[in-house]
Amino acid sequence: MNATGLAAPASGSTRDRVSAALFRRPWLRGGLLLSGPLAWFVLIYLAALVVLFISSLWSVDSFTGDVVHSWTLKNFETLVEVDTYRTIALRTIGIAAAVTLTDAVLALPFAFFAVRIAPRRLQGALFVAVLIPLWSSYLVRVYIWRLILAKDGVLNWALEQLGLGALNIGYSNWAMWIVFSYIWLPFMILPIWAAIERVPDSMIEASADLGARGWRTFRSVLFPLILPGIAAGSIFTFSLTLGDYITPTLVGGAGSDFIGNVVYQNVGVASNVPFAAAFATVPLVVMGVYLLIARRLGAFEAL
Amino acid sequence: MRLAKIDWLLGAVLLAMMVGASACGSSSDNGSASNLPTKIGKTEGQLNLVAWEGYAEPKWVKPYEAKTGCKVHAKYAGSSDEMVTLMRQGGGGQYDMVSASGDASLRLIRGGEVQPMNVDLVPEWKNFFPQLQSPPHNTVDGKHYGISLQWGPNTLLYNTKSVTPAPTSWSAIYGSQYKGELSVPANPIQIADAALYLSKTQPSLGISDPYELTEAQLNAAGELLKKQKSLIKKYWALASDEIELFKNGDVVMGAAWPYQYSQLKAAKEPVEQIIPKEGATGWADTWMLSANAKHPNCAYEWVNWVSSPKVQAEQATTYGETPVNTKACGEMEKIEKGSCEVYHANAPASYFDSIKFWRTPVAECGNGQDDCMDYSKWQQKWTEVTG
Repeated sequence: MNATGLAAPASGSTRDRVSAALFRRPWLRGGLLLSGPLAWFVLIYLAALVVLFISSLWSVDSFTGDVVHSWTLKNFETLVEVDTYRTIALRTIGIAAAVTLTDAVLALPFAFFAVRIAPRRLQGALFVAVLIPLWSSYLVRVYIWRLILAKDGVLNWALEQLGLGALNIGYSNWAMWIVFSYIWLPFMILPIWAAIERVPDSMIEASADLGARGWRTFRSVLFPLILPGIAAGSIFTFSLTLGDYITPTLVGGAGSDFIGNVVYQNVGVASNVPFAAAFATVPLVVMGVYLLIARRLGAFEAL
Repeated sequence: MRLAKIDWLLGAVLLAMMVGASACGSSSDNGSASNLPTKIGKTEGQLNLVAWEGYAEPKWVKPYEAKTGCKVHAKYAGSSDEMVTLMRQGGGGQYDMVSASGDASLRLIRGGEVQPMNVDLVPEWKNFFPQLQSPPHNTVDGKHYGISLQWGPNTLLYNTKSVTPAPTSWSAIYGSQYKGELSVPANPIQIADAALYLSKTQPSLGISDPYELTEAQLNAAGELLKKQKSLIKKYWALASDEIELFKNGDVVMGAAWPYQYSQLKAAKEPVEQIIPKEGATGWADTWMLSANAKHPNCAYEWVNWVSSPKVQAEQATTYGETPVNTKACGEMEKIEKGSCEVYHANAPASYFDSIKFWRTPVAECGNGQDDCMDYSKWQQKWTEVTG
């Protein structure tokens, strides 16, 4: 045993030395592996949010449309002072909440049936049925609903055939609620499906052995176990509705603007990017609060 | 995914926002006007346009390309505001010309996005309707920021089966008789329509020009539009939206363009359009030259081409608008018998004067006081009304 012998592995090629260094320092290994995604996350994602926030503190010269780069809280003051923006924010959040609730109520029995009751082959078919709408374009699905809900549309035709009066819900908040609930339903079903699948049969059996009937088992055993799944699904349905502006444009009526519509108008139409940025921070804050609540319900374990 | 990480993330975002807010700050400069050219030089080989959809149809673009060697690249825009935004982005050198309507043109002039043009290089300009040679929406301080193109009215469109008797006044879309079956454009400039109606029905407000409104007058128009909102089925953003609303029976009456009328007519829908007794707002489009245009010679060749009677007639009959060149009438008759009359190409000046053309509202009114509401106030009011 001598010095040369010990040094031999280290004095090999550069590649050997690098791999040896990496072997000895696991943190460096992990760091290098993560540096790509991390750089992407920091530079593209966080930096974009920072720029968004900064520009919300600027203003626009109403004469020339140029952005004035000096600090002001005017945009946020307008948001608070003008009733319309409050109404729009509340409408957006309200419909997002209604859609989330609707989807949860629809998805729960469906997923339960598919996982616990349906035979194997039907289960597969149901799974495909949930996913199939996602293969077609979002726009196509919204436009189809526009035709269904129109005054001379399929819905009113069917109602009249049944002897019921025609409904006049095309181009309204009701229409938005229906369309959003339809479009985001798969995003609620899938996490709940996964959550129900994860509940061991033994627990249900144990519950039955202890004398609990179906409803009691559902309430005390199954529901608490799949609650994280519901919370996880609600993150999708809530945030997707909160950020949408296409459905309000296409199926909304007079006075159906969402936050996204105001942002769009201010960027693409009025060239008032600072105000758009200010309004865009509202859903960010709402989502931040929502994520904190969802976290308490254990949504992140269910993802 | 672990929970603590989410807190971390939210914290990181907030921290980054605070750090970012303490940095930054710069200023920008407007483009400057150049001296007017005295002749059209050698063409540059291409021309980039921002245009209304269909304003660069192969029917008249192909012969132009063959004649001048300028290859045309057209970017279609859906609204005046989009046009302004397109011309502002990228420093303005991206596009050579824009087919701006009157509510965009003043904004482009004030923003320095467009430059004056020499009308002497456009011989047909002398044959234009006198009112469209130097209209206030494209001529400022005697400088011509572009060459007029086509014009037309915003009309009252209605379903002849559902709406009886036929309307004669704009009151039809402000009264509750057809509640929930009306549609008007989703566009702040729609305030001018309300102001025009008020100028006739409530003279005490003292509205003399629907684009020069004081705060009180703008508020009055806003009140009228708020009341109208409960009657509206949908505010239309695209012409095709309104066409669909009429076809599906959701809407029986609305403010429209002649384009919707001709499309619905072609689809055999029972519709008619009128200019109500209060008069109408309208649009007058102008080809404007970008302040940083890279192909100015091709641009001058282009305005010369589209100003010629034949191309004027082709565009007018294709889209149902009125040509600015008085010589276009004969060419229109050649394309389609009677079209000169139908598209008002030979209409007397009184027809032109009955239309209040779109203009960008600015703070300086004609009265010498700067107390009018500018376009950003209009946009705010519009959002308040429709949001």
